[in-house]
Amino acid sequence: MLTKRIIPCLDVKNGRVVKGVSFVELRDAGDPVEAAVAYDAQGADELVFLDITASHEERKTIIDIVERTAANIFMPLTIGGGINTIDDIRALLHAGADKVSINTAAVNNPDFIREASERFGSQCIVVAIDAKKKKDGAGWEVFTHGGRTETGLDVIEWARRVTKLGAGELLLTSMDEDGQKNGYDLALTRAVSEAVSVPVIASGGAGNLTHLRDALIEGKADAVLAASIFHFKEHTIKEAKEYLTGEGIPMRPNTPA
Amino acid sequence: MIAIIDYDMGNLRSVQKAFEHIGAEATVTREAKVIANASHIVLPGVGAFKECMKNLEAYDLIDPILKATASGKPFLGICLGLQLLFEESEEHGFGETLKGLGIIKGRVKGFTPTPGKGLKVPHMGWNSIKKKKDSQLLKDIDDDSFFYFVHSYYALPTDEAVTLTTTDYGIDFTSSIESDNIMACQFHPEKSQDVGLKLLKNFKDLD
Repeated sequence: MLTKRIIPCLDVKNGRVVKGVSFVELRDAGDPVEAAVAYDAQGADELVFLDITASHEERKTIIDIVERTAANIFMPLTIGGGINTIDDIRALLHAGADKVSINTAAVNNPDFIREASERFGSQCIVVAIDAKKKKDGAGWEVFTHGGRTETGLDVIEWARRVTKLGAGELLLTSMDEDGQKNGYDLALTRAVSEAVSVPVIASGGAGNLTHLRDALIEGKADAVLAASIFHFKEHTIKEAKEYLTGEGIPMRPNTPA
Repeated sequence: MIAIIDYDMGNLRSVQKAFEHIGAEATVTREAKVIANASHIVLPGVGAFKECMKNLEAYDLIDPILKATASGKPFLGICLGLQLLFEESEEHGFGETLKGLGIIKGRVKGFTPTPGKGLKVPHMGWNSIKKKKDSQLLKDIDDDSFFYFVHSYYALPTDEAVTLTTTDYGIDFTSSIESDNIMACQFHPEKSQDVGLKLLKNFKDLD
């Protein structure tokens, strides 16, 4: 049976993990490769690096990080942030990434999703959707630029559209809940998960293990993305998997069965 | 020397790095001579079936692959590299079928999404295998071990005896095959952490 996935996400800026991680003793808490190796050892199911480097020139550092990560860990790796061209995708995949996550570029030019998925296959094209509750309470709107720019697009319609264009997976972040640690937006997660036939990763709001459970059961998500609850020793991946298994959710055991 | 066939489709570095990690010498190549002289041959592949076949033709790789599979040397297809071995695929077929390499009899068919049952397409994530026969490729790998999958199509071999493992995704589909020297897996051993590396090591140790 296909298992649900736990995906730690590392924000990387200019080649360094933002705020660092402290869930294990690392020689260098800011080194994304060291953090990736530690998560691999813990039994994470996939990893996401979100590159929030501002300037284009410094973006080469992410390629170097992907290359070093791919030489050391053998699990799926997704890279998001600042991906605008077919060449950006090719460079990341060639360096050892398995998937790329596209956000603003997809909103600016939806045809980019079709082009990218035809060229590289849907399996490696993740569309990231940043969602905020609409002011009138009727659903959610797509935002870009870290929640600063409204697009006028309805999240459910957009999710359906990008799936038709070839997205193989959706990374759905609630901008209302992100960083709040009060739990994922379950209504949003469920609405999107039921609207599309591709896997949905829930993101934004995880503060404890119950929140992961709720996103997978009530939110019907296929995977949960989390950052701070794992980065700062609050919980280990192993604890999370044991808890979720106990809740009847199919998880991959840490050691082979 | 392991030859990893490069036809400009996807992430070959991971496959190469995984082999290097287990102490094998692996080269990424599209030269017929290098493939002919290799001790082991790997056909990776992600993306679209049609594009992959087109690129194999464009790089004159079909003949070297047919020679390699006929040579008796260990040959491993990964993901689309499994599907390409079959006779035809319905991928993007709209009624028309796409021709594959035809090395293994059978065809490639799409999963039907049934979101109500939680069956999304692509089949993406960690799923377990059931062994259908003994194989050196699965030495020290337990039944129900988890591997990483990402695919929307699966192979239906004409001869069930080639099926090495099956995996449950609404149906029990063939998740790996073995026919003499020709082996292939639908999952990604190079992305399946320790158990995947073990499979690659078993492949490397074949002669």
